[in-house]
Amino acid sequence: MTAALQQKPRASAPDRTILLVLFFIVTSAFLLVSHNGDLLGQMGPVGTALKNPIVEALMVSLFLANILFAYLWKAAPWARALVSVGSLLFVLPAAGREDTSLLDLSIQIMIFAALALGLNIVVGLAGLLDLGYVAFFAVGAYTWGIVGSPRFAEILKYFGENPGGTNSGTLAIGLVLTAVTAASMLYISRLTARTAPTAATTWSFRLASVGVVAGVILTVRALLVLLAPQADGLANGLNAGFFWLFLALSIFAAAAVGVLIGLPVLKLKGDYLAIITLGLGEVIRVLANNLDLYSAGSQGITPIKSASVPWFDAAAGALGFAPDQYYLLFLYALVLVMIGLILTVNVRLDRSRIGRAWIAIRDDEVAAQAMGVPLMQTKLIAFATGASFAGVMGMIFAAKQQFISPESFVLNQSIAILSMVILGGMGSFPGVILGAAVVTLLNLRILPGLGEATANISWIPQQANPGQLQRLIFGAILVAMMLLRPEGLLPNRRRQLELHHDDNQEDESAQGNAGALGTASGDVYSAGYAPAKEDDKAGGSR
Amino acid sequence: MSGNILEVAGVTKVFGGLTAVNDVTMNIPERSIVSVIGPNGAGKTTFFNMITGIYEPTRGTIRLAGRELVGLRPDQVTEAGIARTFQNIRLFSTMTSEENIMVGRHSRLKSGFLDAVLRTKKFHDGEQEARDAARIMLDFVGLGKWRSELATNLPYGDQRKLEIARALATTPKLILLDEPAAGMNPRETEDLKALIRRVRDELGVTVCLIEHDMRLVMTLSEHITVLDYGTKIAEGKPHQVRNDPRVMEAYLGRGAAAGDYGKEERPHA
Repeated sequence: MTAALQQKPRASAPDRTILLVLFFIVTSAFLLVSHNGDLLGQMGPVGTALKNPIVEALMVSLFLANILFAYLWKAAPWARALVSVGSLLFVLPAAGREDTSLLDLSIQIMIFAALALGLNIVVGLAGLLDLGYVAFFAVGAYTWGIVGSPRFAEILKYFGENPGGTNSGTLAIGLVLTAVTAASMLYISRLTARTAPTAATTWSFRLASVGVVAGVILTVRALLVLLAPQADGLANGLNAGFFWLFLALSIFAAAAVGVLIGLPVLKLKGDYLAIITLGLGEVIRVLANNLDLYSAGSQGITPIKSASVPWFDAAAGALGFAPDQYYLLFLYALVLVMIGLILTVNVRLDRSRIGRAWIAIRDDEVAAQAMGVPLMQTKLIAFATGASFAGVMGMIFAAKQQFISPESFVLNQSIAILSMVILGGMGSFPGVILGAAVVTLLNLRILPGLGEATANISWIPQQANPGQLQRLIFGAILVAMMLLRPEGLLPNRRRQLELHHDDNQEDESAQGNAGALGTASGDVYSAGYAPAKEDDKAGGSR
Repeated sequence: MSGNILEVAGVTKVFGGLTAVNDVTMNIPERSIVSVIGPNGAGKTTFFNMITGIYEPTRGTIRLAGRELVGLRPDQVTEAGIARTFQNIRLFSTMTSEENIMVGRHSRLKSGFLDAVLRTKKFHDGEQEARDAARIMLDFVGLGKWRSELATNLPYGDQRKLEIARALATTPKLILLDEPAAGMNPRETEDLKALIRRVRDELGVTVCLIEHDMRLVMTLSEHITVLDYGTKIAEGKPHQVRNDPRVMEAYLGRGAAAGDYGKEERPHA
């Protein structure tokens, strides 16, 4: 019980610099060899063994474990830097040049890692169970998917044929309406920051928010109609140069949707919040399914552009990448930068006034509010921040897949992201990244590889073929993890201590109360006085 | 009388058909120590919850230094200058003592989202200020050695003190203590009494407490308000309240107040 938040002393851990570098060299060599088709062909039986899907999945997993070990092991700083930078910037792209599926997998892992980091803010730090998180991912994906594909031209054509009385005047009205209502919302929220809201302020705020929505709709509609004559020139969607603008826009759009969904929802707690977010997540998916004009419904949108940066393409070409691989390499680099940014934002927010407020809300909402933490505002920031990460990754996902449909944004995805967060360790940044990597590897490589490898083995009955039982194996792994290590793979220090604290108390009660007097344990009430049971039903009415 | 820091006028709270607090008026003079007492279920905590904005009163006004508080959210009430502790300790259990107090500084720090992300000077100044405040407050209540200990690992009495330190970190004008001595042994209660006096004398914070420990209430308070069934039945200085027949009746029952209780006991003595 001493110095609780100091990490366990690592001095006793042996220095593993040499082991780390050796591991890096061996796994890199295996990865490079096993993904080089020509080389494998010349190697005869060894080559065939390396081609085995389960062996291949193992190679990839071991290689990615490099980065984990560089983080975990005690080693010289240069070795850790060499291993992490070497793995991510040199070996992976080099192997990906021979086998693009490897680049695809890495991007997918990092997309999920970013999603898990975003959900971690909402669930792990602020303690708000959100089962509809994938909705924000969808918002980001469709933001770029619609304008960066031939869909945009079709929308323009439709509005060109059905202007519905919209003209440049409408644009002016829309802009003015948006500006006026947004300004009045700001003014009203300033007004009620220090004084009690009245019926007038409450209703005028609601009216103004309706006005903002109407203004934005009018503006967008007018823009679409005015752009309609250009439809033919935009047959393949907006110029790829707009990618960067929409990268910013997708962050903003997802955050805005996060606030919109959050406003009515965040008054609820716990189970109710989980159910209503689940419902709203489905609403977004059903909207994507039914708004045929914009989303092409269940057919999906394709092909979606990616940005093309001339100097980057030139560099990729010089490194021996094929032109059809440029966009993957570009997205790989982009997603690396993005996850670095997201991680920085996460760490910095965690150790700030806002991060403390989130954890305070998770621990005790009533006490947090009594300490001056505005609940609604703080929860909305958590929701919007988490949503914005999902938004930007949604856009990268759309550009990588070149195809999106509502199928990519089903409830199962939300659950999968949640399981990454819980498996990795709620509230722990390295933990949720590891959780995302493990779950994605299991789902995309290891379990399918296992199924493929065992598909033709005759003595395994068809019904028991691991290929058929992937979900069952995955479920069993989750159950085992939760039983053996409920705090997650790389637990958050706070949560681990919390669980340990409970363990200690259980131990004490198991030995009878002999130890209870000596230990200064928190929940032992001194005898002789029964506190009054005046019920402190605080926080219920607001 | 230099003036009242808090003026509560005619507040009533009705839950469905139950009137938990009925038309209570109470003034708390600046830099005083006052108590609210009453039997279990008298509506004391409901009364506190209305002052701190957790419940909105059905009727009545609450003014802090002239400013109307009814309708404000609890965090706005805290920002206005009322801090509180809870009857059942409500510390942030996964945080250290220091972090608990830093949360108390929340409404006084102004660094926002972008300040935190960009690590601006405003952010660093705010963090430094919060850490300093935490150290000062921990030393003030005598918990300096527990600075980086998880709040749940503190001894019970110290958890109560930490809650007071956390409330004081919001730099309140008035602090409400809901049964601060509940579950404490006599020595801890003596410590607490000294601490509450220092809160008033050294920090100049007005103190209002709900308490069942009569020795503590009678020796500490300058003014006592007695609630029973949601209604104010008496108020005044400790000796006045102690001798008020209605108060004795509320606490001991009708017969006892009339002196029957003693008569019955005599044969056994």
